[in-house]
Amino acid sequence: MSGTLFDRIWNSHVVRAEGDAPAVLGVDLHLVHEVTSPQAFTELRSRGLRVRRPDRTIATMDHATPTMRAADGGLPVAADAAAQTATLEENCLEFAVPLYALGHERQGIVHVIGPELGLTQPGMTIVCGDSHTSTHGAFGALAFGIGTSEVAHVLATQCLLQRRARTMEVRVDGTLGAGVTAKDVALAIIAKVGVGGGAGHVIEYTGAVIRALPMEGRMTVCNMSIEAGARAGMIAPDDTTISWLAGRPFSPSGAAWDAAVGRWRAFRRDDDERFDRTVSLDMSGVAPMITWGTNPGMSIPIDGTLPVPNGGPDAAGINRALSYMNFEPGSRLLGHRVDVVFIGSCTNSRISDLRDAAAIFRGRTVAPNVRVLVVPGSQSVKREAEREGLAEVFRAAGAEWRESGCSMCIAMNADRAGPGEYVVSTSNRNFEGRQGKGARTLLASPVTAAACAVRGEIADPRSLA
Amino acid sequence: MSGEAFCTFRSRAVLLLRDDVDTDQIIPARFLTTTERTGLGRYAFADWRLDAAGAPRVDFPLNAPDAVGARVLVAGRNFGCGSSREHAPWALIDWGFRAIIAESFGDIFRNNAHKNGLLTIAVDSDAHARLVGAVTSQPDTEVTVDLVERSLQVANASPEQFEIDRFVRHCLTVGIDELDYLLAAEREITSWERGAPEFTATFDEASSGSWRGGGVRRSRRYRP
Repeated sequence: MSGTLFDRIWNSHVVRAEGDAPAVLGVDLHLVHEVTSPQAFTELRSRGLRVRRPDRTIATMDHATPTMRAADGGLPVAADAAAQTATLEENCLEFAVPLYALGHERQGIVHVIGPELGLTQPGMTIVCGDSHTSTHGAFGALAFGIGTSEVAHVLATQCLLQRRARTMEVRVDGTLGAGVTAKDVALAIIAKVGVGGGAGHVIEYTGAVIRALPMEGRMTVCNMSIEAGARAGMIAPDDTTISWLAGRPFSPSGAAWDAAVGRWRAFRRDDDERFDRTVSLDMSGVAPMITWGTNPGMSIPIDGTLPVPNGGPDAAGINRALSYMNFEPGSRLLGHRVDVVFIGSCTNSRISDLRDAAAIFRGRTVAPNVRVLVVPGSQSVKREAEREGLAEVFRAAGAEWRESGCSMCIAMNADRAGPGEYVVSTSNRNFEGRQGKGARTLLASPVTAAACAVRGEIADPRSLA
Repeated sequence: MSGEAFCTFRSRAVLLLRDDVDTDQIIPARFLTTTERTGLGRYAFADWRLDAAGAPRVDFPLNAPDAVGARVLVAGRNFGCGSSREHAPWALIDWGFRAIIAESFGDIFRNNAHKNGLLTIAVDSDAHARLVGAVTSQPDTEVTVDLVERSLQVANASPEQFEIDRFVRHCLTVGIDELDYLLAAEREITSWERGAPEFTATFDEASSGSWRGGGVRRSRRYRP
């Protein structure tokens, strides 16, 4: 095998080579959730098709599901989401697709449960009707989001029509300072590449900072590849990857594990790699990052000042964003009012994220003007956080400890911020209205979000260390 | 997709001159609870198009008198970035658009649009400026899109060529269905499945009872 990691995975999954028509690309793992799949199953039914590989397909409920239990201990599914959860159950029964439904011990955000169950493995192609599927690239998989028509294609044929992407190396060197996390790396990368800069490309992250990140941090970085416009993001597997995968429910075991490890190690970086483009950045001396605007590329160091539109080509966009956020050009964010803090989402809801946040909350209390939601990424993460006593730390501090799901990242359930409210969020998108109509989102890491919660204003986590 | 062949049409154009218009603006997430793909036009750009009381905002381009019946939307750079929701092209099509012209597009949006017969045309900044100039000075300017000839004509100016993926053009003009195309690759798919070690020997079946079982657990209650 030769070429970039992307090249190797692509080449081994080409079912029919690209020509006038796109390549037919084989898919190893198809993840399905309630919001982008109903119309795809309808398509199969209307054509009399079956799911080709139910053994390579797995479904869960996460996007619109409730995160608060009712008084009787049940999970009240809101009327408008109930049709989708019921439809997913019916579809999975009819087409024999395994489903980790609401209430199942393995339920959770689709991009959290895939890795934690060991379904996500190096060298695979993985798709899901969700743009943050790029998360799984942290394991050296080619993983990307697809639309609902393509969900139907994969259900029916286990294949997709794809043009080969260009490759971009994003090299992250240096060392991370105190209070600087994988989320800050992701935001710094997006600021550098731009929200459309990765279009048409698959990113491979390299460099000392990436190598030093644990798997959870790598997932956070790969998760936000789409926010730089990239089709996917990936990191070559190494010892960190392999030791993380050992003993997971769907990881191979015994002789099959040894064989798999041999295959995975063959994905090590090679000398004959040629990327179409390389972007480099050095994280040494970079402060924790926070977004101030209405796309994830609009960020500043937490102690920095907001931009002043200077009449350049981006001036209209900057002005529009400042106006939506009701921020003064050139001012500082530190000390600004915060109404809601959301710790969760497929970007930052894993156990290490919760440990980071709990370290700030421990022995402190949430400021009285702030409402805090802590939403674990999966039932497994929730159980672990409760076992370690993190849940008790959050509750004791005055935060709400919820059931697993996408929650306020996409605000399809009852977890929403109000018009004009400022939300410091560990999620991935600060688009207008993303967390509720008129809500204003500032993206940051779990430690920064927790610091803002206890201070009751935009705060530098390094001041609470 | 509809299977309806797409060749040429002439229409007024609406200018939405913003960069990085994300799919959350095209259709906000709270409208994604549907299990259908029809009837979403009423949610298109809902939070930009309508005020808090649900009344049309007079300053939003889609509400301008000349926008009525326009089938072409002109936007800035990176239109359709963000989420993979196919509800975005479904909403734009249901609103009445047949083509989006922009300097660039989000990859997933563009892919989704073409699968539903919504043409996306990427133009360079000069062509974009000419188009915007013509429509700004005369809002009822008509644009002619010819997919067979890959040409874009603004009013009576000379037509300009645009680039479009050969397969997309073929599918849209002939009305080919991509799923049928994939299903016809059955022999190659089977052959690939048999020969791909990564595909056949990865999951540990011994520890994956609930995976193999294919059953749905209907439990809605958390156990204590």
